[in-house]
Amino acid sequence: MSEPQLPPPGGSLDNKEPGGGAGGAKAPWKTDNESNGSQLMREIISGNAMISVLAVLVALVIGGVLIAVTDQRVVTAFGYFFSDPSATFGAIWASISDAYGALWRGATYDPNSRTWQGRLGIFETLTFATPLILSGLAVTLAFRVGLFNIGAQGQIILGATFAGIVGFMMELPPGIHLAAVVLAGALGGAIWGGIAGFLKAKTGAHEVIVTIMLNYIAISLVLYLLKNQLRDPASSNPISPRMHETAMFPLLLGPNYRVHAGLILAIAAVFVVSWLLNRSTLGFEYRAIGANPRAARTAGMLVSRGYITVMLISGALAGLAGVTQLAGTEKLLDSDVAGSIGFDAITVALLGRSKPWGTFFAALLFGAFKAGGTSMAINADISIDIVAVVQSLIVLFIAAPPLVRSMFRIKEVRREGVSA
Amino acid sequence: MSITEKSAPSKVTDPISIRSRKMPVLLGSLALFSVVVFIVLGPSGTATFRISQPSDVWQVPNLVLPAKAMGVLVSVICVGLAYLAWSQTQKTGKIAKWVVMTFAVVFVVGLMVWIIGGTTTQNITLVGLFTGAMLITTPLVFGSMSGVLSERSGVVNIAIEGQLLAGAFTAALVASITHNAFAGLFAAALAGVLVSLLLALFSIKYVVNQIIVGVVLNVLVSGLTGFLFEKIMKTKVDGVTIYNQPAHLPNLPIPLLSEIPIIGPTLFRQSIIGYFMLILVAALWFGLFRTRWGLRVRAVGEHPKAADTVGINVNRTRVLNVLAGGAVAGVGGAYFTLVAVSSFSKDMTGGLGFIALAALIFGRWNPIGAALAALLFGVAGNLQSILSLAGTPIDGQFLAMLPYALTILAVSGFVGKAMAPAADGEPYIKE
Repeated sequence: MSEPQLPPPGGSLDNKEPGGGAGGAKAPWKTDNESNGSQLMREIISGNAMISVLAVLVALVIGGVLIAVTDQRVVTAFGYFFSDPSATFGAIWASISDAYGALWRGATYDPNSRTWQGRLGIFETLTFATPLILSGLAVTLAFRVGLFNIGAQGQIILGATFAGIVGFMMELPPGIHLAAVVLAGALGGAIWGGIAGFLKAKTGAHEVIVTIMLNYIAISLVLYLLKNQLRDPASSNPISPRMHETAMFPLLLGPNYRVHAGLILAIAAVFVVSWLLNRSTLGFEYRAIGANPRAARTAGMLVSRGYITVMLISGALAGLAGVTQLAGTEKLLDSDVAGSIGFDAITVALLGRSKPWGTFFAALLFGAFKAGGTSMAINADISIDIVAVVQSLIVLFIAAPPLVRSMFRIKEVRREGVSA
Repeated sequence: MSITEKSAPSKVTDPISIRSRKMPVLLGSLALFSVVVFIVLGPSGTATFRISQPSDVWQVPNLVLPAKAMGVLVSVICVGLAYLAWSQTQKTGKIAKWVVMTFAVVFVVGLMVWIIGGTTTQNITLVGLFTGAMLITTPLVFGSMSGVLSERSGVVNIAIEGQLLAGAFTAALVASITHNAFAGLFAAALAGVLVSLLLALFSIKYVVNQIIVGVVLNVLVSGLTGFLFEKIMKTKVDGVTIYNQPAHLPNLPIPLLSEIPIIGPTLFRQSIIGYFMLILVAALWFGLFRTRWGLRVRAVGEHPKAADTVGINVNRTRVLNVLAGGAVAGVGGAYFTLVAVSSFSKDMTGGLGFIALAALIFGRWNPIGAALAALLFGVAGNLQSILSLAGTPIDGQFLAMLPYALTILAVSGFVGKAMAPAADGEPYIKE
């Protein structure tokens, strides 16, 4: 890159990539028709997909090392390492295979579990993935316009709060009630995201700062409401009453599994965002602004309007994630309704390389980590925090392809016919 | 990426005229607020501010203020100043600085009288308010100084939270193992440097977006400390968690100075970390604005290309500053486990790193400004916990929002224009 100022924040995660940069994987108008067979093979071996896979592997290995060195069995066996080295390696293997075995079984299928829920963890994976898909899309969409939506957390909280107000304070006929809950949640998130977009467009206030601050304001706001207007009179804790049954997403696979119709909403959102970004005029404007706001303005696009609308849509998507939390799994509002979803959403979007379907699969993977992490905590006594470690390492490695390449001595793909 | 979008249309117009349009509007609405709230909804009776403690050497009488009369007085002054600001804008396009400053002070006084007058007990101990605030302010100051160091050199530091948490954890662990608080303090600084090393490696060497690295590092540190907390610190030997019993740093009162009412107990009865904080703020201010080193750092943060042209090694300056910031934040993290509370707990920094970021911005990337902002946020935070016990006209949650709301106002130009160093967040790649 000849001019360091050029790459927009979300335009390219790895601005330094020679031959790539802003003109590489992200260039919205570039198609890869010129790829022939051998080019394709090289892409697979050393391209982005391979980097992603390797990043996941390296992160899992580091997580495994952490699990092994903190395992009492390994420490004990290491005490007599020189008299019996195989005992140490055996203990290391046992430690890691116990942990990751439990992770895998918890996220997919566990033949030995006594409960139905435990046996088919894959449905728990889908349940955890649902809000991650929606909030990941929220971050992805904003990324493509060059905006960092760090505020998914706050937007989820606002979405859940609005959804809750409709869901437990109003009585509406079935069907209409759920639709109203969904709309209210989207509205709540859109308002919170829209504030950041509006301030960005009108005053130049940086969206990262504004959205971080809005996250904390949202927490205080919902705590205040839960202590006063929205509080369940029957409870002494700051929690709301339960949602009415008519306001809940129907369960997809009967009462044994938590997976709910919010998943369908999330998948539909992937299609919509994919269409929006790749097929619509608005999406074209978004990608143009993301690639180069100055050029987009010169071309007659209203950059500030783009900032405002994208943050409204992004906020609405995160708000929907709040709806799926409240009307899908949580059933009542408390101040922890967003959990860590808003921050996981950022890592999901990064892992998905800011593409709608990439985000979808990244959300599935992180959902699997969450479902498996819970089972790992119960069955292998490994704190679920290790999942956060692995997830953040994955993102770090993916964001720095040169690091992964140098680890595995992979040569850079040079795309023919593209000048940097 | 800088904190103000360079190509945003607002930038085209003169920044002064933007400020002057917003400021009178802000002051006007606050004046209106004071009339409605302090007078119409104001409490009757008095508000008592207790200044001295019974054990103090010099006794200062309590300050007893009639709440209603103070409300009227404050409102009149506020309305007057808001009108003055408006007329100044009409005439010259600028507002004199003293108008805004006086307005802020008077308004805060009015707010305090209104809040205290509205509680059931109608009194507050100022010493308790400020010494309690220092528990929040101290880590905030260290966090924001970490931000000053790295952002002045052009590296956005969202990882303050992670640096603080890493410092808190390491200090607790090492001070427990060695039974030596100073070893813990040293290790905490080292842990902060380690987090910074990752920040520098990824954002400077691999040119990964600095905000992404910061966000991810926070998650990484939270996960890592949480995991090790469960695995190591919860391990009990003979029923005692021996790895989470850190030795503590003693308080070292300074003779005479510590007897000054309010200021003494707040500033001069601290641990060594507290005194280090005072020196650090002054030294950083002096270093940044009065020395050759500071000039170079600011040059790198404002215009790296120009700095490079005159022979300053841009990326080395940045790496060193980021690492120094990590050490500073690590010490701030140590304050949690070596001074404030007796042991480490999961995610114990609880978002203070982000408030430190807010203080940094509200203090306009200036060490003294950031420290004062940290003090303001600390007082607001402590007031919130005091008031939660005393039944108030204003809910504590709104005080909790204050730092964040003020920061949003600051970055959107309502409270002056918070301008980041021009090259903040932009990687520098030498041609």
